[in-house]
Amino acid sequence: MTEWMPALGGGLLIGVAALLLYATLGRIAGVSNIAYGGIWAAGDRRWRWVFLAGLIGGGWLAALVFGALPAPASPAGASIVVAVIAGLLVGFGTRLGNGCTSGHGVCGLARLSPRSLASVLVFMAVGMATATLLRPLLQ
Amino acid sequence: MTDTHSFAVTGVSGLLFGAGLVISGMADPARVLGFLRLGPGWDPALAFVMGGALAVTLPGYALLHRRGQPLFAPGFSPRVAGIDARLLAGAAIFGLGWGLQGYCPGPAVVAAGLGQWPALLFLPAMFVGAWLSDLVSSRGA
Repeated sequence: MTEWMPALGGGLLIGVAALLLYATLGRIAGVSNIAYGGIWAAGDRRWRWVFLAGLIGGGWLAALVFGALPAPASPAGASIVVAVIAGLLVGFGTRLGNGCTSGHGVCGLARLSPRSLASVLVFMAVGMATATLLRPLLQ
Repeated sequence: MTDTHSFAVTGVSGLLFGAGLVISGMADPARVLGFLRLGPGWDPALAFVMGGALAVTLPGYALLHRRGQPLFAPGFSPRVAGIDARLLAGAAIFGLGWGLQGYCPGPAVVAAGLGQWPALLFLPAMFVGAWLSDLVSSRGA
């Protein structure tokens, strides 16, 4: 088991971030809903962009302090197509299913939501099946 | 609570969240795929990300619910009831995209901000996918 400590530390930070938003404003720190709402939500959308800007800024700071993300392999035909198709699927699915790893996972499970538990079980199972069985065929 | 205060809290939450995604390894799709890909060489470390986050949010939310309301807002975000086909189909389609590329929405935003080319393609496609979902499922605004 390698690198579980940064995983745990990063997870704790994510938990504190989600708790802060819930404790002060009662909001769910679900990135997909915050992002789509930044374009399509009724009412005041500004806070959503503030959160997303913070997300990017925090990632940038962490990369500066703890080391940059590994560079991805150079773009090739297949990897470009996979990135676009995966983006379409993630967007379609998280909009249809009303949340992603953060909204259903970190926040919904903490609210003991049966919906979120069902969502997490399905996207984990399908994610693992896809990465294990389907993705190797594309490389 | 003024807009300024609300934006400050939201911005700090975003900063911590984004830093957590990078530090934990979630923003590196190779690590995420190593976690999702079962079998020889499986890397279970990323289970500690959701574990660590839930170790904070589970007790934290419970305390807040006992208190009854957030500090600066009249109530908590409303709950949606019921497990329906739409929820399950959405989760399955999301899982398919996640297992193909290794990005879920948060890490995609962070990695695009850091200029990683797969995320720069993935993120606009993600918004198009959400738009297509609204188109076919006639979701209200």
